[in-house]
Amino acid sequence: MSSINELYKRSIFDHNRNPRNFRAMEDASHSCEGYNPLCGDKVHIYIRLDDSDMVEDVSFTGSGCAIFKASASFMTGAIRGKTQDQAKETVTKFLDMVAGSSDPEPEDTSLGKLSIFQGVREFPSRVKCATLAWHALTCAMDKVASGEANNGTATPAKDESEPERNVVSTE
Amino acid sequence: MAKASEMNTITGKDVDFSRIRNQFPVLFSSVRGLPLAYLDNAATTQKPWAVINRMSEFDSAEYATVRRGAYRLAEQATQGFEDVRGKVALFLKANSPEEIVFTSGATMGVNLVAASWGRKFIGEGDEIILSHLEHHANILPWQMLAQEKGAVIKVIPVNDIGELDMEEFDRLLSNRTKLVAVTHVSNSIGTINPVQAICAKARAAGVVTLVDGAQAAPHMNIDVRKIGCDFYVLSAHKMYGPSGLGVLYGRKETLERTPPFLTGGDMIERVTFEKSTFVKPPHRFEAGTPAVTQVIGLGAAIDFLNSVGMERIERQEKKLLDYATELVSRIETVSIIGNARHKAAIISFTLADAHPHDVATILDSEGIAVRAGHHCAQPTMDRFCVAATTRASFSFYNTFEEVERLVEGIKQATDLFRG
Repeated sequence: MSSINELYKRSIFDHNRNPRNFRAMEDASHSCEGYNPLCGDKVHIYIRLDDSDMVEDVSFTGSGCAIFKASASFMTGAIRGKTQDQAKETVTKFLDMVAGSSDPEPEDTSLGKLSIFQGVREFPSRVKCATLAWHALTCAMDKVASGEANNGTATPAKDESEPERNVVSTE
Repeated sequence: MAKASEMNTITGKDVDFSRIRNQFPVLFSSVRGLPLAYLDNAATTQKPWAVINRMSEFDSAEYATVRRGAYRLAEQATQGFEDVRGKVALFLKANSPEEIVFTSGATMGVNLVAASWGRKFIGEGDEIILSHLEHHANILPWQMLAQEKGAVIKVIPVNDIGELDMEEFDRLLSNRTKLVAVTHVSNSIGTINPVQAICAKARAAGVVTLVDGAQAAPHMNIDVRKIGCDFYVLSAHKMYGPSGLGVLYGRKETLERTPPFLTGGDMIERVTFEKSTFVKPPHRFEAGTPAVTQVIGLGAAIDFLNSVGMERIERQEKKLLDYATELVSRIETVSIIGNARHKAAIISFTLADAHPHDVATILDSEGIAVRAGHHCAQPTMDRFCVAATTRASFSFYNTFEEVERLVEGIKQATDLFRG
């Protein structure tokens, strides 16, 4: 049970049952879908940037396992209020942490509560569950750089003419 | 229902199964300090010493190319290789070894038939009947072919307990039907389909049939003549043999009408740059150097299965299934997906509060290996309105104690996620 308790912390159960910011966003500036074909987990990430490039709001919808849902939920809390550059830095740190390529420095508290996902690295088959929402977030932020906007409406990928550009897959 | 400890008394002489289990070294490994309970046999099965040792012996002292070398070692390897073809023919009750083609797996078998027989005999407007219980490997080759040829896929529906709607099959079968391709046993929910009845009806209508036997061959007596199919495919790694090898059975008349699939070495009579002629089946379908050692390993696996006895295997697995179904269905939060009257030893289920991947991880932490996901059968999942299930699939080498550990693990997952 020891490693399982490392993976499933109490707050993961809490966020699985009551995910934060679990809603579609009507006035999102950018959005992207993520899909894990291995298990069928799906996520739709919405962000709204303000004039100073700050993530004013972030939310998600989707279905999947507890690790996925809690990770997406924690992500929304961690990203809101950050500039795009700060958000991207958090994404990189989070992905490095769950992939096991870096231990968070003891004095580095920037990942904060997100460090509870460190246990995922002991379960390689579950890493994709923890990272799905983060890849979708990256996809949404990449659209900012490419100038692709939602024009105030979060459009599901399937309605796009080139859906593959709007969907990230973890496979 | 008796406890596992009493079960051994009830099953009488089947206490022998603990001796049989002893022949599978992997089953005695541990996972994070706990004994492994391997319940993912529908994905792949473990190998007995007989298979491991035979392949190792062959590679150590007998390996050479087959059907090419004019020297002693190659001749003996060829003999051993072709002997296994004969063994497979007997195992499937085929008429002759000429009806047995070695492939890289059941997936390759279906792809071979679709790409060669299918491309020749299926045209625009023709219909291919599949069932709603198919593995993607028995959907996608037909879908690709249908798209290429303008043919139409029809699907035999499944009722709420996971059985095929045979009345609807009767309605689907028409003079436009060119092929019926169905699975013998559903890999995702365990249903044993009435393939004999399906093939009889198809044959009466002059329709060619393919049966996907990947999940059936390791668990029951297979008689391809009694089933009456034109093609039957299986994978060696699901029947205690090596991976990377499969078998395509083709009825002689149908196989002879089938053009080559992969072309290359050792499947020709005469090659010029203008025109080539090909050898007869089965070698027509075995271009290139085959998986020689794996074929030898399959031979050892078939000997092993025969020594245990397919009827005995079927009885033992039925007992494991009944015991598991009884205990698992008593857990309130569990919904078993697929309750067909004829089922192989597969239990696919969902839990009220926990996602299948979470359940699999909790079970893994207890040393129990199960599969979670859509099992390469998304249409079946869609039919039962689930994205995924947790699947425990049993072999005769599993124990009643392992069933109890599974049940305890599911209860633990339930408690954890209920909070």
